[in-house]
Amino acid sequence: MAAMVSKLITMEEAAELIQDGIRLMYGGFGGMGSPDHLIDQILDKGVRDLTLIGNDAGFSNRGIGKLITQERVKKMLTTHIGSNPQAGRQMMEGKLEVIFFPQGILVEKIRAGGVGIPAILVEPGMGDVTAKKEQLIVYAGEKYLVEPALTADVGIVYAKQADTYGNLIYEKAARNVNPLVAMAAQTTIAEVEEIVPVGELDPESIVTPGIFVDYIVLTRGGNG
Amino acid sequence: MVLDINHRNMIARRAAREIYPGMAVNLGIGIPELVADFLPTEWNVMFHSVNGILGVGPTPTKGEEDVHLFNAGGAPVTIHSGASFFDSSIAYGMVRRGMLDVAFLGALQVSRKGDLANWIVPGQRVYGIGGGVELVRYAKKVIVLMSHLNERDEPKICRECTLPLTAKSCVDMIITERAVIEVTEGGLYLAEVMYPFTLEEVITKTDAPLIISENLQMYD
Repeated sequence: MAAMVSKLITMEEAAELIQDGIRLMYGGFGGMGSPDHLIDQILDKGVRDLTLIGNDAGFSNRGIGKLITQERVKKMLTTHIGSNPQAGRQMMEGKLEVIFFPQGILVEKIRAGGVGIPAILVEPGMGDVTAKKEQLIVYAGEKYLVEPALTADVGIVYAKQADTYGNLIYEKAARNVNPLVAMAAQTTIAEVEEIVPVGELDPESIVTPGIFVDYIVLTRGGNG
Repeated sequence: MVLDINHRNMIARRAAREIYPGMAVNLGIGIPELVADFLPTEWNVMFHSVNGILGVGPTPTKGEEDVHLFNAGGAPVTIHSGASFFDSSIAYGMVRRGMLDVAFLGALQVSRKGDLANWIVPGQRVYGIGGGVELVRYAKKVIVLMSHLNERDEPKICRECTLPLTAKSCVDMIITERAVIEVTEGGLYLAEVMYPFTLEEVITKTDAPLIISENLQMYD
């Protein structure tokens, strides 16, 4: 009866799941709807050489941006780093490798990873300067670029509410890329505002089914 | 030149005149974020934000902000009646399906052919390719809202962009604090000059030939 076992763990236990050098995928958009306290815990643990996969570089002193500012990240797959000048500076100094994808393509690559599709087809000519020749194909007479799905070792997301099985409900624009990230990682940890017993969430309202969520941690509050 | 809030609002107010009742409109980061403040709510314009909102409303009054309700630029917003929330992959589904009537976005440079540069200043500042490249591909009309000059007072409208391009020949209209310019097959067509600037102040600060409209409006 998996559903009866609580997936709630402590912040410290969650940080133990994040090892040096892993591919870490994260939710949040422009620093909002981000698992900020999990990120602080990962910082405190001293993790380094991370490959980050997520929408943007956040802000230099908040959320995911702190990992970049403190030089814990060697590579990023993302779409926008403009709000975090630290990321741009490290990129220009050669300390941080940044691979950009158009935003909609990035999130669809993550979605594909989450639902077990190996790659997606996208129209060429949209910021794909780094695309390799073998990615180009012709399908039904049209040229497309094959963009591989993205997955990660660990995914960290932020949600408003979870039950002990890990079913997640988000709040307003804090949903953003969180439900996509929640599906695309080998191990998913959700930082949530509130945990309720299984059966208390309306099944119609659940956005991320708990089968995708491995662990839940309670936030220390104040997440944007 | 960095614009003050009055100039930014003036651009946003002019931009709102390009919107008609019932449209679906994307607002990018920067001056476009202000456009929703200048439309009557009864027009049922659905403002789209790529973080996952359809139906963004005006900026909340101070003290009324909701930490979970913000636009793609991270600024607090409200919602319009009929709004919906979804994840970002669905937001881009709407983009790819061509459901947006207008996309407003900021720019570093726009060329006379409507080429757009808005993601990197090599050696100085990296923004990232973002969603602009997809919005300009699929939106029915693309309008750039920006300052006429950069922070070194150089024209941002040029014959050819010197910065790396986001996309080629994609911009339909440019609105700045000095002018409204339409990008046509024949070149840049100056439709309006904004108060208090003069025609000469627009021409000398634009690094591309301007075709002056016979019905040129001096707009205030």
